[in-house]
Amino acid sequence: MGAYIARRVLGSIPVLLLVVTGVFFAFQLIPSDPARAYLGPEATLETVEALRKELGLDKPMIVQYFNYLRRLTRGDLGKSISTRRLVVTELGSPFVNTIKLSIASIVLATVLGVLLGTIAAVRQGTLWDHVASVIALLGISIPVFWLGLLMMYFFSVQLHVLPSAGDYTWKHYFMPTVALAVFSLAFIARMTRSSLLEVIRQDYVRTARAKGLPEWAVVAYHALRNALLPVVIVVGLRFGYMLGGAVVTEQVFAWPGLGRLLVGAVGARDIPLVQGILLVFAASFVLVNMTVDLLYGFLDPQIRYR
Amino acid sequence: MAAIGAVLVALFVLTGLLAPLLAPYDPSLINVQKTLQQPNRTHLLGTDNQGRDLLSRIIYGARMSLLVSLASVGFGAIVGIAYGTIAGYYPRLDGPLMRLNEVLLAFPGIIVALTIVSILGRGTENVIVAIAIVQVPQYVRLAHGLTLSVKERVFVEAAVAIGAADRAILSRHILPNLLAPLIVQTSLLIPGAIMTAATLSFLGLGVQPPTPEWGAMLQNSLQWARLAPHVMIIPGFALMLVVFGFNVLGDGLRDALDPRLRRMSGPGASGPGG
Repeated sequence: MGAYIARRVLGSIPVLLLVVTGVFFAFQLIPSDPARAYLGPEATLETVEALRKELGLDKPMIVQYFNYLRRLTRGDLGKSISTRRLVVTELGSPFVNTIKLSIASIVLATVLGVLLGTIAAVRQGTLWDHVASVIALLGISIPVFWLGLLMMYFFSVQLHVLPSAGDYTWKHYFMPTVALAVFSLAFIARMTRSSLLEVIRQDYVRTARAKGLPEWAVVAYHALRNALLPVVIVVGLRFGYMLGGAVVTEQVFAWPGLGRLLVGAVGARDIPLVQGILLVFAASFVLVNMTVDLLYGFLDPQIRYR
Repeated sequence: MAAIGAVLVALFVLTGLLAPLLAPYDPSLINVQKTLQQPNRTHLLGTDNQGRDLLSRIIYGARMSLLVSLASVGFGAIVGIAYGTIAGYYPRLDGPLMRLNEVLLAFPGIIVALTIVSILGRGTENVIVAIAIVQVPQYVRLAHGLTLSVKERVFVEAAVAIGAADRAILSRHILPNLLAPLIVQTSLLIPGAIMTAATLSFLGLGVQPPTPEWGAMLQNSLQWARLAPHVMIIPGFALMLVVFGFNVLGDGLRDALDPRLRRMSGPGASGPGG
């Protein structure tokens, strides 16, 4: 098991390095000067040059790259052009807020998604199955920002039962959590249904029924445990996507997370801040993927010994 | 269900293609005396906060979504299929090329799109480029997997044995056998492209006003919703209906044409997902 963990951890390092390199060089493609883009066309040449020197943009690209790597090893992501504060400082609180929202959403999506998928599989071909399938299809079709707007309109504007913005109480969590969970819920439901349908036809499930176990026990103790293995992967991947994909939800509900920070940074052409946020997203996604791999290895003994 | 999807998709495509004939008004025509009107006989879906006919803006919004999705998926498909096929065919290139592809797959699509827009700037053309880049890794992954499978088949071995050039083998033997799964993949990626474009416009980073686009129409709709909820409900409903149609059609095509695709394409998101 230790060798498996070590392989997975070491395997993530080249991917992270590629991501860091990709993020750095992608922004070298910007046709305009980031300092001029931020300061505007009226800024004097001296002001632009001073900002370029402050941000290290006056050095050759390869020097900038190695300086960038060196700073990364010290946890230094540079300075935000708009606030002049360290990017690390800017990211701290929004990152925690995004994690909180993502965790709440994935828990909701997993519980309801597995339930919906199980109902659809166990009642395959019946009205329950069709209803569950349509709900799942609608879930992956409904625009998150529209769902968010509709919820705000009904719950905040019309009924005044939920606040439309902020992150202070459980009431502030409700709408953004549901909005962010819907797409993943639908995905997880479809995967659970598909996986359970494969497992439910296996011989050991037939044996469990033959032994006289009630159907709910057959499904819960024998079928679902094995069917959930691929669902674990999907849940993990969806959590990774949620960390980055919460951009729209955070914008709609003014949730003070990384996604909202990213949109603001893109609008302000604050390149160091955009780079820092992208690195955090990528590192989080790689870490989540690695965790999912390790968890899958823990749950399925066949994986461990490969 | 697939038939319903096909009907919705056909309606969407026809609406987009025939927009100048179908729209009753100029979608950008402002009329401050007719702001936020409810649906009525003159304006079937009502008007927005600038008195513009909502039906005409929905119709031209369909045209914009059709243009952006077809252009971006088209570019993404050409680049992705070429890249994935080459990676699958030449073993020495497989490793490095697919590792590069994984870098793009490390990010959710909307993040990649936002990054590209931050580099290139806002606007329709840059949205097309951004979404095309988001689609490329999906096509690469599929084309790579399919190429690995097809190149082991007897007819490819025979072509190699008679000394056919690599280009001929790729174009005459391998690519034609990838078509069916790639068509299905395209039907699954188009709704994602439409959704990403709408999302970027909703965030103010995509198609710029006054060009009609469903996401842009939703951007400020909440502030008018108390007076006229239709300005928020109708564009969002149109968007959902089109994406739903493509998803249903894609599912049907996948079941009918290529069950292998369900294993190969994996749990990739067909939309921004957040």
